[in-house]
Amino acid sequence: MRNRGSPRERESQRTKFTGQVDKMVASVEVRVARCGGSRINFIEPIITLDSRFLLCASGDEVHVYSTNTEERVHILQGHTDLVTGLRLNPSNHLQVYSCSLDGTVKLWDFTDALLIKTYVVRYKIFSLYVSKNHAGTVFIILPMAGNTNTESYQLVALHLPKTTGPEVEATEILSVLSDVSPIQRATSFGRGGEFIASANGVQLTVYFFRNQKTYRRVGSSTDKKGAKNRFTCVSCHPKDDCIATGHEDGKIRLWQVQLRNFNQKKEYTYSTDHWHHSAVNALHFTPEGTELLSGGVESVLVLWRYEASTKKDFVPRLGSAIDHISVSPDGSLYCTSHRDNKIVVMKSSRDIAAVIQGLVKGVYNDIRTDLLIDPRTKALVCNGKPGHLQFYSLRHDKQLYNLDIVQQEYIHESGLHQYEVTKAAIDAQGSWLATVEERQENAELDISLKLWAYDETTQSFQLNTTISMPHEGQISAMCFSSCSETTMLVTTGQDGHFKAWLLANSPNAQDEGASWSCDFVGSYHHRKPSRCCFSADGSLLAVSFTEVVTLWSLSSWELLVTFSQPPGEIRDLCFGRLSCSKYLLGTTTKNLLCCWNLLTCSLEWSSAVDVILLQPDPLSENVAAFSLTSGNVDLFVFKPSEPRPLFSQKAVCSGSVRRAVFAPREEMLDSCDESTQWLNRSQLYFLTERVELMTFCTKSEEDQIMASSKQLVIDDSVAVTPFYLLLGKHRKSQRETQDTISNQTTARMQLPQGSTTIRELLHTPAHVLPSASFLCNMFVSSLLISKSGVREDGSCREEEMESENEEEAAEQESEGEMEAGVQGPTVQGFMTELTPQLSKAQERELRKLRKTDFSWVGTLLDS
Amino acid sequence: MASYKPTRIQTFPQLGEKVTQDTLYWRNYKAPVQIKEFGAVTKVDFSPLSPYNYAVTASTRIQIYGPYSQEPVRSFTRFKDTAYSGTFRSDGQLLVAGSEEALIRLFDVSGRVALREYTGHNKAVHFTDFSADRFRILSGSDDYTCRLWDIATSTELGRYGEHTDYVRCGTPSRLNPDLFITGSYDHTVKVFDVRNERSVMTMDHGQPVESVLLFPSEGLLVSAGGRYVKVWDMLKGGQVLVSLKNHHKTVTCLCMSGAGQRLLSGSLDRHVKIYSTTTYKVVHNFNYAASILSIAVAPDEESIVVGMTNGVLSVKHKKHTQDQKPAGSGSKRRPAYRVFVKGKNYMPKQDDFLVRKQEKVNLQPYDKQLKSFQVSKALDSVLKPHVRLKMPEVTVAVIQELNRRGTLRNALAGRDEKGLSILLSFLIRNIVDSRFAPILVTVAEMVLDIYMKVVGQSAVVDKQILKLQELIEKEIDYQQELMEVLGMIDTLFATITTKKESASLQSQAVNGLAEVRGEQDQRVKAT
Repeated sequence: MRNRGSPRERESQRTKFTGQVDKMVASVEVRVARCGGSRINFIEPIITLDSRFLLCASGDEVHVYSTNTEERVHILQGHTDLVTGLRLNPSNHLQVYSCSLDGTVKLWDFTDALLIKTYVVRYKIFSLYVSKNHAGTVFIILPMAGNTNTESYQLVALHLPKTTGPEVEATEILSVLSDVSPIQRATSFGRGGEFIASANGVQLTVYFFRNQKTYRRVGSSTDKKGAKNRFTCVSCHPKDDCIATGHEDGKIRLWQVQLRNFNQKKEYTYSTDHWHHSAVNALHFTPEGTELLSGGVESVLVLWRYEASTKKDFVPRLGSAIDHISVSPDGSLYCTSHRDNKIVVMKSSRDIAAVIQGLVKGVYNDIRTDLLIDPRTKALVCNGKPGHLQFYSLRHDKQLYNLDIVQQEYIHESGLHQYEVTKAAIDAQGSWLATVEERQENAELDISLKLWAYDETTQSFQLNTTISMPHEGQISAMCFSSCSETTMLVTTGQDGHFKAWLLANSPNAQDEGASWSCDFVGSYHHRKPSRCCFSADGSLLAVSFTEVVTLWSLSSWELLVTFSQPPGEIRDLCFGRLSCSKYLLGTTTKNLLCCWNLLTCSLEWSSAVDVILLQPDPLSENVAAFSLTSGNVDLFVFKPSEPRPLFSQKAVCSGSVRRAVFAPREEMLDSCDESTQWLNRSQLYFLTERVELMTFCTKSEEDQIMASSKQLVIDDSVAVTPFYLLLGKHRKSQRETQDTISNQTTARMQLPQGSTTIRELLHTPAHVLPSASFLCNMFVSSLLISKSGVREDGSCREEEMESENEEEAAEQESEGEMEAGVQGPTVQGFMTELTPQLSKAQERELRKLRKTDFSWVGTLLDS
Repeated sequence: MASYKPTRIQTFPQLGEKVTQDTLYWRNYKAPVQIKEFGAVTKVDFSPLSPYNYAVTASTRIQIYGPYSQEPVRSFTRFKDTAYSGTFRSDGQLLVAGSEEALIRLFDVSGRVALREYTGHNKAVHFTDFSADRFRILSGSDDYTCRLWDIATSTELGRYGEHTDYVRCGTPSRLNPDLFITGSYDHTVKVFDVRNERSVMTMDHGQPVESVLLFPSEGLLVSAGGRYVKVWDMLKGGQVLVSLKNHHKTVTCLCMSGAGQRLLSGSLDRHVKIYSTTTYKVVHNFNYAASILSIAVAPDEESIVVGMTNGVLSVKHKKHTQDQKPAGSGSKRRPAYRVFVKGKNYMPKQDDFLVRKQEKVNLQPYDKQLKSFQVSKALDSVLKPHVRLKMPEVTVAVIQELNRRGTLRNALAGRDEKGLSILLSFLIRNIVDSRFAPILVTVAEMVLDIYMKVVGQSAVVDKQILKLQELIEKEIDYQQELMEVLGMIDTLFATITTKKESASLQSQAVNGLAEVRGEQDQRVKAT
């Protein structure tokens, strides 16, 4: 074997590899970008006054969703850090304030997605409150004395200067309360903005604006029932002097606050309601104050009748723990924000109106399955809600659907051992899905392997086979055969066996159909298998047993050859593809990346890189390797045939990389640049240690996105209605043609104008579209090729005009049904043409008028 | 939002017989009617004419039974020695029989006395039949010959002495009056053509031939002898098509059912096997009390008649579904069509507000209780006799669900003597079941933990606990033995495998043993 050969040779190869790395680092063509899927449940969502839109913070953006269609209408971009607060402007209900950790408060017009004003505060802002009584002032929570390190925060009133200009320095800060909790739900405005109540730990603070006094009520942390009566959230009654507080032990206390007696130590009165078994996460009064809404880990929305708290209603099984509750200003919509990155909008009749679901990153921020790509939908598949797999469209940043794997009632209780989906695999055609769920309680392990067949009629996966306890130990790896003829699944277990599962028809044909059964059980010297991998043509199976890689023939289940590169256990294993299918790549825990040649059964090359993750691209020969060096992750992309990286980037992200996946692109890029060529066919996504989904994008791609977003911005400056899409577009395209003359570079954007209209048309929900007969007219006319671009000859134009006049005369005879808008596409053209065209339109109007006038006169004369 | 998900009842693969169309069909026969004959029933033959009477040859008599009567319609008793092979002519008017006295007798079905007697054989005649043209009789005898007789003149038309041992069976061709086939104890099956002096085809069965049968198409021939049933392709010059070895004693009789769709074979091992004639796989199996000598299926398949060595004739009649139907449908009148469409075809007007009724989900009682977190009640409802005895998997599933919810201990606690004894009896019944063992062991531990203090207060409970202990001890011993056997098998495999085959053989061994080992481990865990 070559690896036993001269050490010098190996050394030279290694240096070559690393030497190449240094050279390649300089490239800046490819950038790491955060892609979608940020938390939308971070702060309380708000519903606009007319209940049409829902606003929620998503990372450093604010998203505007329609409450009826769940569609995302706008994205308000501008903050450079996490958005921490959102409030409607009390003086203008079409505007919204947002605050962010970047130290700014921004005022937006959310219907047009316009940034109106930016107030620069220069401190991290953790929360934002507004009140109608305090116009021109917002209340924000800042770190104490501007010191970010301390854990204490203060509530301050920020006076917003009235100066004009897009960016204003706001310096007029007045401290209201100190030592408050930075959590948004722990502070609330009281009736009419007369007072503000804030809770922190076991202390409730109320500040009255009229006499500018602060009253504190400190509860004993050493309660006889244990110190669990810490405050978790506060909500004030909108019409009454009442503060509702939620506690860690699940109790809700209603405090009767009066300006007179709150200061006297003993005379505060409160009543207690108890339903939640664990902490109350969110509390909210309805705008009329008739009901109090509360939610917690139980994922049940409890509706308490105010003044009659024995009567309560429940909305059970909302899916996941409730983090925030908000109510629309008219009280018609309730909105709950859940821990699984979901917002549920519910009518006051408890019917679910909309569910807005973001990328679920597990309840405990933990994705245990590999990232997979569903070949049918090109969606990302990974852990979703507990016991579910989510199908997430990367392109649209939207969850497609959830597949219930465990199919059991989820008990929302902390400390329970739940079933969790730990492994998932999809075969190359997307017709089979294999999942592993496990539950470990003490020493008892409960595993089941489930196989799901794709059902064409229902367009989803249906459970085919359940195998309970496929292995005696945990399943360490699972993969489908890449060959298309036979569908085979291989699982490796901690019990020292690997098993091959085959789809077998049941012996009697009248039975319900094919199901999966075990075909082969293999082991190697009682070692524990860790990884398995099929070769590209599906004839070989590689299974790694600690330090040894074994290769098995699938036709005879014979052990063909073993490779090993001690010391160090095999960490990752993959076969090369396409032209490199004769290579097998492996990484070991002792910082070695090895490439074996399967034809000569020897080590082709090896390199001393601490690879933590190896990910082959299914569409090309490329393999991506993430390596960890001094806390930072570097990426190398290489072909197995040569130990020279095609591309490398240092310091992709801090911390570790957990998972990665190549997702095929919808349209191939045609970059010829060597460093970006590997991104032509597919895009690399990866999950960082903090469960953020990142991707690599090239410069040209970014430019394209920027260009398209610019176009979008123009489109969205006018309210997007289907009518606008049809009628307004034409008018605008006229404007654009003017631009075209002045600026030839934007010509490309104008070209697919008709097709974007159609696309918009198709994306608009059917129930908001005008009638089809109306649309058909438009549609057909939009397909007509405009002749005006070709014509340049003046005489020719005149002729055309004449003929058009004739046409019009004919049309007028046939009741004159032609509309001006329909004429649009033929009318549009060069600017020079506009004047005669307009005069013609006017002329026609006149003629129409004249005609109707005549009839009038005629009837008059007759009478 | 999401509706309540009912408890998942785990289903286990059925290890027993698979229910197929065939099993459903053959099970559709009633329990057999037993008729005692005077001796071993050697031949049963159905009249080809409706109402399909059948002739039963036993000892010195031939009796004709009607399709549903248990008393013989007619019986022919004029035999001085054992009669053999009572067979109807294709018009159902005449019956021929051989006998131990080397005579062949011809009877009119409505008469009593023999119409003709054919003498010429030297020894017992075991096989008689009519030729397809109805004018001739075939016979096979222990004198190694088979002969052809003219019915009217009782003259011998031909004699074929090619067999070298007893001729015990045969069959005429139904399509060609000149062809017939005989099977003999000299292991051969021979095809004779009356127009030729000698046999035209000879097939070696390899065992003394007990029965031969032609397919309706007459392209295929079936012969039975020894433990084998062989199917021969006549058109290919007597090649063996398939050899079936499904019986473990001599196959004595063959018959065809359903226009050649199914082949039945009866054997001395007391089984009747039914084969599909397309796949030649056994599709069904009947058991009988004694060794079977003869079998026949009515032409309309209304009954299966089997004759046995102990002289018992077993008749199975088909069940008729229409017998029970009127009783079932008459008692319960369905609501009229009107009721179903009532209100369904109402078109909402423009300003109508549609109020949807929530779909009602039918939940099992235990699911209802689990939904409202009433754990003890849920456990009580699955410990009711009809659940715990008939569907223990439901009980176990609910116990598992309670365990998952972390409330199993609460559900088990607080039971009185009666409740506890029910629980213990359930454990005793099911704890050694490998499907339920893991969770039931947990339950047993919990029960002992909870009720440790009250041991000794009730005689019933104490007795049951002792029984449980005894059961578990027995199970441990059993497991130990199994492990020993496994060790022995492992050593055997280790020694016999040679170097080349080691990989494949071992893998197979592992494959087979993995199941055993898995089950064993489960059992070990249970203890």
